[in-house]
Amino acid sequence: MSHPSTYKPGTAIERWLDRRLPIIRFGADFMDFPTPKNLNYWWTFGAILAVCLVIQIITGVILAMHYTPEKTMAFNSVEHIMRDVNYGWLMRYVHANGASMFFLAVYIHMFRGLYYGSYKEPREMVWILGVVIFLLMMATAFMGYVLPWGQMSFWGATVITNFFTAFPIIGQPIKTLLLGGPAVDNATLNRFFSLHYLLPFAIFGVVAIHIWAFHTSGNNNPTGVEVKDVKKDTVPFHPYYTVKDGFAIAVFLLFLAAFVFFNPNGLGHPDNYKPADPLVTPAHIVPEWYFLPFYAILRAITFDIGPISSKLGGVLAMFGSIMVLFVLPWLDTSKVRSMRYRPVAQLWFVLFVIACCALGYLGGQPAEGAFVLYAQIATAYYFAFFLIILPFLGLFEKTKPLPKSIADSVLKHDKPSSTPIAQAAE
Amino acid sequence: MTMKTILRSFLAAASAVALTSVADAATGGAAEYKHNHWHFSGPFGAYDKEAVQRGFQVYKTVCASCHAVEQLSFRNLGDKGGPFHLDECPAGVPAGTDCSKPSDNPIVKAIAAEYEITDGPDDSGDMFKRPGLPSDKIPGPYANEQQARAANGGAYPPNLALVIKARHHGPDYVYSLLTGYADAPASVQLSPAQHYNPYFAGDMSQLLKAEYRDEEGHPLEGVEVPPGGVLAMKSPLADGIVDYADEHVPETVDQYAKDVVEFLTWASEPKMEQRKSLGVVTIGYLLILTLILFFSYRAIWAKIEH
Repeated sequence: MSHPSTYKPGTAIERWLDRRLPIIRFGADFMDFPTPKNLNYWWTFGAILAVCLVIQIITGVILAMHYTPEKTMAFNSVEHIMRDVNYGWLMRYVHANGASMFFLAVYIHMFRGLYYGSYKEPREMVWILGVVIFLLMMATAFMGYVLPWGQMSFWGATVITNFFTAFPIIGQPIKTLLLGGPAVDNATLNRFFSLHYLLPFAIFGVVAIHIWAFHTSGNNNPTGVEVKDVKKDTVPFHPYYTVKDGFAIAVFLLFLAAFVFFNPNGLGHPDNYKPADPLVTPAHIVPEWYFLPFYAILRAITFDIGPISSKLGGVLAMFGSIMVLFVLPWLDTSKVRSMRYRPVAQLWFVLFVIACCALGYLGGQPAEGAFVLYAQIATAYYFAFFLIILPFLGLFEKTKPLPKSIADSVLKHDKPSSTPIAQAAE
Repeated sequence: MTMKTILRSFLAAASAVALTSVADAATGGAAEYKHNHWHFSGPFGAYDKEAVQRGFQVYKTVCASCHAVEQLSFRNLGDKGGPFHLDECPAGVPAGTDCSKPSDNPIVKAIAAEYEITDGPDDSGDMFKRPGLPSDKIPGPYANEQQARAANGGAYPPNLALVIKARHHGPDYVYSLLTGYADAPASVQLSPAQHYNPYFAGDMSQLLKAEYRDEEGHPLEGVEVPPGGVLAMKSPLADGIVDYADEHVPETVDQYAKDVVEFLTWASEPKMEQRKSLGVVTIGYLLILTLILFFSYRAIWAKIEH
């Protein structure tokens, strides 16, 4: 939904600049972008994520000034940051907890997109770029976790890079290339540091085109009904959404600050305060919480499928669980975007969220006994949701009538006929 | 069903996960740790400076013969928030000295000077010994890991500077371990180098006497496997082994353990007090900002139906 530019260069300098580099026009149009007036708080996570990325880059650049990517010095250089660098403890705790909050926000953002059908025509590219950002985030977070060179850093890197050996022929060379040698060692630490510094800027670039894409298609909204009349259905991004997003960002920062200042190691693992030791394997090697659902999917495949070994099967299932997101826009056959009007789909969606949380829990448990069975059930449901339920549901389900327009949908709330509950829900 | 209902079920699932993981942490072969109320716990908790000083004395007298505190320098003892930090110089220090600087702190200088440090090379290329300075790292008991293992029957006494953060429920764990040594249950057979502790994670089933095990070595039905495990370290503390200057503080294992945990917690997180006080200011600032933004939001959207 490109919109006509309303910027009028007021001064001679602005007119001069506008003919040569219309950067003020760009900013003005960006702030003026017509945005559906009915966006709820789930839509604030986009802005929250932008803040997360900036926080991670700023704290990360400062940490890199004091960190030493060398295997005998890395662990102690992190402790040097914690003890001797002015406010180094603050930078490191914000960076470590910021990564967790970044993932928490991105998961909420993705569930929101899923629920309200934000991946559907004409926003397929917005969604696909989002999945690319998610993949880059995972790679960045994984490599960042290796840098403190603690026990979980080392063994996490060992376990995860070992996945690649499941692939026939190309597996081993890929692993060697990733590690810079046969095993996790100084070369691994060096290249992970280099890439951990590089990838956030790649994320920054993809985020820019992610935003460009939805500034072309226009925002989705909770009704899933397209903007019909810009005057009635939308408000300018600024000040309406800058203030709403600003409020949500402040609440989110409160949450981040609670962790950083009062429980900074609550989301970490105590083993990472032990220096990496290639000779001592930790009792349970677990990734950070945000990778646990994928770790559970990996370990759920405990059986061979024809020529595919259980190891390769697990790796394929894990990669598949993200790859399936790329084709989601074409798997969902429903013509109705928002699940607000798809009562049956809502139930399946709730089950999907529960399955994802269950996978997260199971990923942190030892892969034995009933845990394996539960992980298999949850994994089966994860894939069934995308590959069976969404394709078929759209063909058969009965949907509720859609509002005529966004403006129409919001007006209803103020009619005396509407119930207090409906008002409270808004 | 609205997004609210979904959020509610999501939160229910999340809290279920959180509760289970807490329950899990308490099991795992070891007995449930003793819960002590620590002076430093809670959002406003700070270190008990005298307890940290006594804890340093316990470390230096008892633990330091086997365990290093690798990340600590003498100067850290005199840092703001450290056990021997001084705001003002005591009597006898030359005028014009700033004792709040760890390098000029007389207590820290005296502690450092008790140690002998190898420095060099000097102008003729030789290494030489000199008394410790506040800027030196606190030397460990062994030159290297091999020497440490050779002196301890193959076991490596871990670095204590981070031990509190490197264990689940660190303070309660170390306190329970230090005060928890017990006679081995009658059902197990230990070698003289093994010391039973119900709080040490391990597997006692392998140490059951032969009559309690079947042919495959598994415990017989009805035989209870004792909690905990065995360590190479024998109970390091005993009543009265450290002389406290303050006569009102009991010289008991329990008190020593509490004090040394206080010291080790400070050693693993020396910036905790700075962190918490900055946290209170930050949260306060963010709360005000949140309120201002909320009311701005309400005011700006007042005329928009949404």
